[in-house]
Amino acid sequence: MARYILNRLLLMIPTLIIISFIIFVIIQLPPGDYLESYISELESQGESIDPLQIKMLRQQYGLDEPFLMQYLTWSTGMLHGDFGYSFEYGLPVSDVVGDRLFLTTIISIFTIIFTWLVAFPIGMYSATHKYSWSDYSLTFLGFLGLATPNFLLALVMLYFANVTFGTSIGGLMDAEYINQPWSWNKVKSVLEHLWIPVVVIGTSGTAGMIRRLRANLLDELHKPYVVTARAKGVPPFRLLVKYPLRVALNFFIADIGNMLPSIISGAEIVAVVMSLPTTGPILIAALQSQDMYLAGSFLMFLALLTVIGVLISDLALALLDPRIRLYGEAR
Amino acid sequence: MRQNPTEKGAASTQLTGQALREHWVTDSPFDPQSIAAISADQEKYYFASQWQLIWWRFKRHRLALICGIFLFLMYASILISEFMAPYALPTRHTDFIYSPPQPVHLIHEGEFVGPFVYGWDYQLNMTKLLREYSEDRSQVYPLEFFCKGDPYQLLGIWDGDSHLFCAPEGATLFILGTDRLGRDMLSRITYGARVSLTIGLIGIIVSFTLGIIIGGLAGYYGGWLDSVVQRITEVIQSFPQLPLWMALSAILPVTWSPLWVFFGITLILAMLDWTGLARAVRSKLLALREEDYCLAAQLMGARPRRIIGRHLLPGLFSHLIASATLSIPAMILGETALSFLGLGLRPPITSWGVLLNEAQNINVVAIYPWLMFPVVPVIIIILAFNFFGDGLRDAADPY
Repeated sequence: MARYILNRLLLMIPTLIIISFIIFVIIQLPPGDYLESYISELESQGESIDPLQIKMLRQQYGLDEPFLMQYLTWSTGMLHGDFGYSFEYGLPVSDVVGDRLFLTTIISIFTIIFTWLVAFPIGMYSATHKYSWSDYSLTFLGFLGLATPNFLLALVMLYFANVTFGTSIGGLMDAEYINQPWSWNKVKSVLEHLWIPVVVIGTSGTAGMIRRLRANLLDELHKPYVVTARAKGVPPFRLLVKYPLRVALNFFIADIGNMLPSIISGAEIVAVVMSLPTTGPILIAALQSQDMYLAGSFLMFLALLTVIGVLISDLALALLDPRIRLYGEAR
Repeated sequence: MRQNPTEKGAASTQLTGQALREHWVTDSPFDPQSIAAISADQEKYYFASQWQLIWWRFKRHRLALICGIFLFLMYASILISEFMAPYALPTRHTDFIYSPPQPVHLIHEGEFVGPFVYGWDYQLNMTKLLREYSEDRSQVYPLEFFCKGDPYQLLGIWDGDSHLFCAPEGATLFILGTDRLGRDMLSRITYGARVSLTIGLIGIIVSFTLGIIIGGLAGYYGGWLDSVVQRITEVIQSFPQLPLWMALSAILPVTWSPLWVFFGITLILAMLDWTGLARAVRSKLLALREEDYCLAAQLMGARPRRIIGRHLLPGLFSHLIASATLSIPAMILGETALSFLGLGLRPPITSWGVLLNEAQNINVVAIYPWLMFPVVPVIIIILAFNFFGDGLRDAADPY
């Protein structure tokens, strides 16, 4: 087992290196850099800047160096926990990111739990009542959830939450708790606001998961061991929970790896609509103003979150399912 | 063996002709092929081409068939958007800003008139500071069909001014309301379909080509090329798509013309979409390249390009088309999301995402909910593509 974990960890390294390189290429692609747009902005306001000062700034941030050198500085800096400097905020990137990344993680975890809680019973019901009217309507509902753009769903939910429950619009907590230290009341306020983004982000994932769980269960339900158990007189529900569901459980854990990218994508756009204090809005702003280290680090964090999530799901799967082979390549 | 008395009879005559004089012998000529012969129906089935079989299987999926026809009609309609829309794209009704949907009636005071609208009155409510619209029941305006309306250039080539339906002189027709500049929502949605639907189609063509070429090379050659491609697809697939789209579309220069932005966005959507197809092509090719007919082609000196394109790809083409159909919705949603965020297409272009961009505000949900109508065609199209693709996938392997 230890060897497997080590193997997986080592495999992460090339993946992360490729990801960091792609990200750096992307954030470097726009012509010009932050300083150029900054200068033109100042000039449009009629202010002039000392060219010497600009030169110094350029040197300080290494903007004049060749592309590969810049990449090496950035990527090796990340290893020491130095994520570069945000021009827009005038702060080190790690200071800007801090809480926001934490909230993104929280939302993602809650969304996964929500997806499970909803998809589990519905998928079970759909599979055992195959081709019934309830199965069809649940399937259709699932497709509908898949097809609705979640930013619009977020908007509508926000409105109805405000009208029916009086939840304040936008943000992840009531205004009075912003910039306050964490307290019980603040946690409560966050939880009160959290369910809307969680439900909105969860809908599309839930639909897909219901479909897959249904298909998986249907495959299992026809296997001889189910017939044997039924013939021996095991009650239907107990049978379902005891055998086929346990097989399908593995797939739930394996599915985290598939879900995470889409959950994080969803979280980004929903965050913009609901102006949540997560990574979404800042990432867009950073991309638009070419605040490259901030944008790059955000993208890197999101990628890291996914990679670690996939790793955890793989490890959990290996622990739970004895059939997973730990060693060796393909047969 | 009752079904072939001919053969049995013939055999027994030869063997025991003398002993069984009374044995019945048929007069019809002996046909050794009689078992192998198949009925006309069977013959039709066995000799049908692969595409014929796929079509027969696909026809059995009633829902998928309906969705396919619907999608075909939608794509056909974007060729004549100008004719379908009641108003031209730039037409503004400055007297009717933020007008809610105007109901179309059939019956006026107990009498059947056919589809008609009442007069549409506008007052400014000074206490609420809202524009309020009401029907003027004294005026009845029956809708006109195939009528003359706003002039336009069909597809930018042919001049025309006839519309499928429009309001008569002096009346207005805002079936889905108007926006903040007094533009008819229905017309804008009709025009928006053109961009939103083609972006998925062009995008899928690009990603299809990329997927087949890259996956084909990886699957056929294997080795280091395969592992590099595998790594890259894994990385791209494990990365959250939307942030990457956002990063890529932030690259597009603001100075680009709308048309170039359109192609840029399509390319961006396609660049992250090819991985799934490439994987499918690769895994299929890995199996197919071991087949004897592939070896035969190699021995006869065919070049890899010919072997892949001529011998291997046709075997999995139907699968590819099915999975491509299933990834068009993701592209349409992607365009919608990007434009909604203001990172995709920009206003001179009208797409469903651009229209929804105006519905970004919570006020819209509360006061002008009809601005959210563009989401309805988005949902319907995506549902249709999903059902259609599901049916295609089931039919793709008829053997």
